[in-house]
Amino acid sequence: MTITHHLGADTLISFAAGTLSGALSAVAAAHIALCPHCRAELVWCERIGAALLEGLPTPPPATVEAAVRAVPQPAAPNPARLGGNAFNPILRLARDDFADVAWRRIGVGLWHRPLPLQGQGSLQLIKAAPGASVPEHGHGGGELTLILRGAMSDATGRYVSGDVADLDQDIEHTPVADAGAGCVCAIANEVPTRFRGLLARLLQPWHGL
Amino acid sequence: MVGDWVSVRARPGPVVSYNAMTELLARIAQRTDPAAFHELYQSYGPRVKVYLVRRGVDAATAEDLAQETLLTVWRRAALFSSAKGSASTWIFTIARNLWIDRLRKEVPWQELPAAHAAETSPEPLPDEAVAESEVQLRVRAALAELPVEQQRVIELAYLEGLSHGEIAARLGLPLGTVKSRVRIAYQRLRAAVEDLK
Repeated sequence: MTITHHLGADTLISFAAGTLSGALSAVAAAHIALCPHCRAELVWCERIGAALLEGLPTPPPATVEAAVRAVPQPAAPNPARLGGNAFNPILRLARDDFADVAWRRIGVGLWHRPLPLQGQGSLQLIKAAPGASVPEHGHGGGELTLILRGAMSDATGRYVSGDVADLDQDIEHTPVADAGAGCVCAIANEVPTRFRGLLARLLQPWHGL
Repeated sequence: MVGDWVSVRARPGPVVSYNAMTELLARIAQRTDPAAFHELYQSYGPRVKVYLVRRGVDAATAEDLAQETLLTVWRRAALFSSAKGSASTWIFTIARNLWIDRLRKEVPWQELPAAHAAETSPEPLPDEAVAESEVQLRVRAALAELPVEQQRVIELAYLEGLSHGEIAARLGLPLGTVKSRVRIAYQRLRAAVEDLK
């Protein structure tokens, strides 16, 4: 897998700072799990957080003494809990060619699966048959699209498995799935997507895009 | 109360010595050395608490999470690898993840990468440890040299925990301006350490 489309620096900073909203950070985490480049960049973003942490003042020692006294005896290290990136929940859905995903048809050659999410935004998988297009849409907020299988193209380029499209809200686009393999992707929206056109308006009320 | 604690009674923290911190972590990992933990706690416990308070966490929860952060360090010290980042970076990510976990407990799609800990850590080579400490020093120096308006957006993101949209609202700027300041600040920070890696 050669990944050429990465997360933007502003998105990585938000992710490192822990301020990226739920849906976006879920997709960002899945891309980071796949992408050594963005993993390395994320470490840089975390170093910035660490530098700021070091610059913070320390309160009077008395507070510290009390806290240290309260520390219980050590338990054995528990590395089993640190599953790491192989257990990313979005990537896990892709196993056995998405066998566990209950797709719902939402148009010609187009299926989706909303993923439950607390808080802001929406998160879903989209499956597009070869050549199928997702209706033209703009974004009220940020959108992250991670390609999980196949490829898709839009005005900003061609995206293959592992690539992430990190688009600003001023971009409107009409992604088209690859003629050969079609496309499965995970899409996170900061706010619900606004579709243009009649088909989109008909679809929107019931598929929740 | 919280404000008093942070701004009036607090004093600037002593400078963190990277090699000393790596050494402390090694003593905890190898000998579960309580004295080493005490020293590490003195350096990071209060900073983590201040960090969380700045992010809007109430004082009691911040105290709680700061303890949990340092306890995690105590338990997982054997997994720390100075080749992958400084003690500060590791502790920062642990504190951030614990706070996010608490905020977003029910979200199943949120699996935060645990920066260092995911893979088993090989023994760090001494020169790698030195390089990482220099990287961290450079990042700090470069942060201090950023233009004030760029420092401000970075601090608001990391320390106050504001999204780009919230920063835009706070500063009365368009969202695009905030994002471009963040990107430019990041480029400058990366450029400042480029020759090291």
